[in-house]
Amino acid sequence: MSRIAINGVSMSSLRRSQDVRRLGAWVLGALILAVMTGPSGTTTSPTAGFTGSLLHPRVLGYLAFGLVMWALSTARVRSRDRVHSATRGVQQLREKLLGDNRVRHGTYLVLLVLAILVPTQLNSFWQEVLVDQIGVFVLLAVGLNVVVGYAGLLDLGYIAFYAIGAYSAAYWTGALPVHPVFHLNPFYVIPLAILAAVVAGVILGVPTLRLRGDYLAIVTLGFGEIISIVATNLSSVTGGAQGIIGIPHFSVHLSSFHYQWGLSNLPYYYLLLGFVVIVLVAFRSLENSRVGRALAAIREDEVAAEASGVGVLKYKVMAFAIGASTSGFAGLLFASKISFVAPGDFTVQLSILILVLVTFGGMGSLPGAVLGAAVLQWAPEYLRNHPILGFQQQDLYIYLGALLVVMMIFRPSGIWPSRRRRRELALAEEGVGTADAMSGSSDPAAGPG
Amino acid sequence: MVADAIVSVEDVHLRFGGVVSLAGVSLTQERGEILSVIGPNGAGKTSLFNCLTGVYHPQMGRIIFRPTPEHEVSLIGRKPHRVNRIGIARTFQTSRLFNALTAFENVKIGVESRQRTGPIGAMLHLPRTMREEKESDTRTVELLDFVGLRRRGDEIASGLPYGDQRRLEIARALGTEPKLLLLDEPAAGTNPSEKLALEQLIRRVNRELGVSVLLIEHDMRLVMSVADRVTVLNFGQVIASGTPGEVQRNPAVVEAYLGRVETEESGGEG
Repeated sequence: MSRIAINGVSMSSLRRSQDVRRLGAWVLGALILAVMTGPSGTTTSPTAGFTGSLLHPRVLGYLAFGLVMWALSTARVRSRDRVHSATRGVQQLREKLLGDNRVRHGTYLVLLVLAILVPTQLNSFWQEVLVDQIGVFVLLAVGLNVVVGYAGLLDLGYIAFYAIGAYSAAYWTGALPVHPVFHLNPFYVIPLAILAAVVAGVILGVPTLRLRGDYLAIVTLGFGEIISIVATNLSSVTGGAQGIIGIPHFSVHLSSFHYQWGLSNLPYYYLLLGFVVIVLVAFRSLENSRVGRALAAIREDEVAAEASGVGVLKYKVMAFAIGASTSGFAGLLFASKISFVAPGDFTVQLSILILVLVTFGGMGSLPGAVLGAAVLQWAPEYLRNHPILGFQQQDLYIYLGALLVVMMIFRPSGIWPSRRRRRELALAEEGVGTADAMSGSSDPAAGPG
Repeated sequence: MVADAIVSVEDVHLRFGGVVSLAGVSLTQERGEILSVIGPNGAGKTSLFNCLTGVYHPQMGRIIFRPTPEHEVSLIGRKPHRVNRIGIARTFQTSRLFNALTAFENVKIGVESRQRTGPIGAMLHLPRTMREEKESDTRTVELLDFVGLRRRGDEIASGLPYGDQRRLEIARALGTEPKLLLLDEPAAGTNPSEKLALEQLIRRVNRELGVSVLLIEHDMRLVMSVADRVTVLNFGQVIASGTPGEVQRNPAVVEAYLGRVETEESGGEG
């Protein structure tokens, strides 16, 4: 009897202490948000950033926001089980709809029609964002998704392949100081740029993919830096830090038919949309093929995959090269669109940005990668000049970082998780398997017997 | 009888630093037989498996595998997936399934490791890809049926009962079309009725599919009923070899399992 009472007391006090901790977290979060959105400090009054935001009446608004969020989250935790059972029907309906091919294909068709029609109604600023910020980055995110999401490899030098694609475009179209034997239209450069990126990916991948996940991240990080530094310093070949101008636009010349994609955005948007759709269809097939399943097997348990006849190194190199080729392709498209390449476009920050897009969207999920890239690339453009939520460009990465931290705590599988990935994470929580952020287990099979 | 060994292990030594795991193990398995390797914990059974499957590389000795009577290959220095490809499949001491995948996908990955579709074929839906996809689906269903999991194909591997997981692992291994199947304690952690089903499954794998089976097992009842021959390891050495009955009466075996015994009637039960 007394024992039950003790348990009851400890249970409720435990719950209370968790509530208190959650309250503290929300209040602290609200205060940090107040500072982040407040005024900046200056050299004459370096603390203005804090005094201006914490001692200003607006801090009350943030505190109120924190308290409301605390109340909501507490209510959610209290009624978790009830919510689960109440939403089970909705969940099942969703699973059923997602599982139905007609519904899925119908949705894709509607989305495609929207993607074709909506941009015509946008002004030129948003059309440009759609191509330069969203379109190119959707392609990049979808490519990195193969490396990070399907194969579980952490590639921090992903942007290097983008640079290789961009410089291939510059080289083969004759824009670089060094000239090829003949100059090509960007359309014909596509296979060459992809080939260059694949070759670079294989050369980098074969020795390094034997290593475990953490080492791979470091090697790729270094590779990204090498490419960027070479592009900056090898001026006689790459044009150096100022970059290269005059990369021709895409054009079609068929006997009497001539068309050139110029500086206007809409034609480029449709070109990009076409390529993105092709890549999406191809990667969807890849995911549901022998190769996709082999990659899933490697991600889950390398030792078991090898014992089942799956050549781990081969598939890792394959995934790495497929990602590299997509990145190179995006580089070619972008270089030709803005007809300019400069080493400053290929920073580590950009590699990490793409990783954030993929993680935010949902690793291993194609719709997730598309959605993550679209949302995260659109939101800053939309919010930058917003009267209340406006922010300064140099602060962008603070918010992205904060967003990523919040995502990893509350929804590590991303906004649109892949079914496989969600299961892996759920299992990891139960202690089955090892779905850490990247890479599978690689301990030797069992102990000595 | 013409000797037709599917695998011969000759004087294999395996050390980890100063720890000797295998000290000159030699054994031969005839084609088509079920050979069981038993021994106390730490005797070197799983180390032997890992040497056979390319996970460990012994410092000395030879391991010869004959996929067909005319054809022989050395297993030492071969990578695990290459060992699998020439016809040796295995299961693990604690089952290592692809936990987040369905039972069907688990087996299919094994079946598909024999196929050739690459990324380009997969992305473009080339005819060969489509044909192979169909073939592997058929084969996967057959194998799930063979181990009695046909109805559970769509379930997530980790959600299956333990006994089913062990049989699923065997199905995945069989998917790679092995000539020799290595089972590492398949009965560990299963209940008596699951054990019985497992015993029948091992026999069927051997008789119906013509696969030689090398079995590590602690459950003596299972070993005695299923194995054609038994080899006993202790401290990294073979201390006895023979039919289950012979081994059971071997004094060295009894000693290894029970310590030195004075009375005559104690059996070999571990």
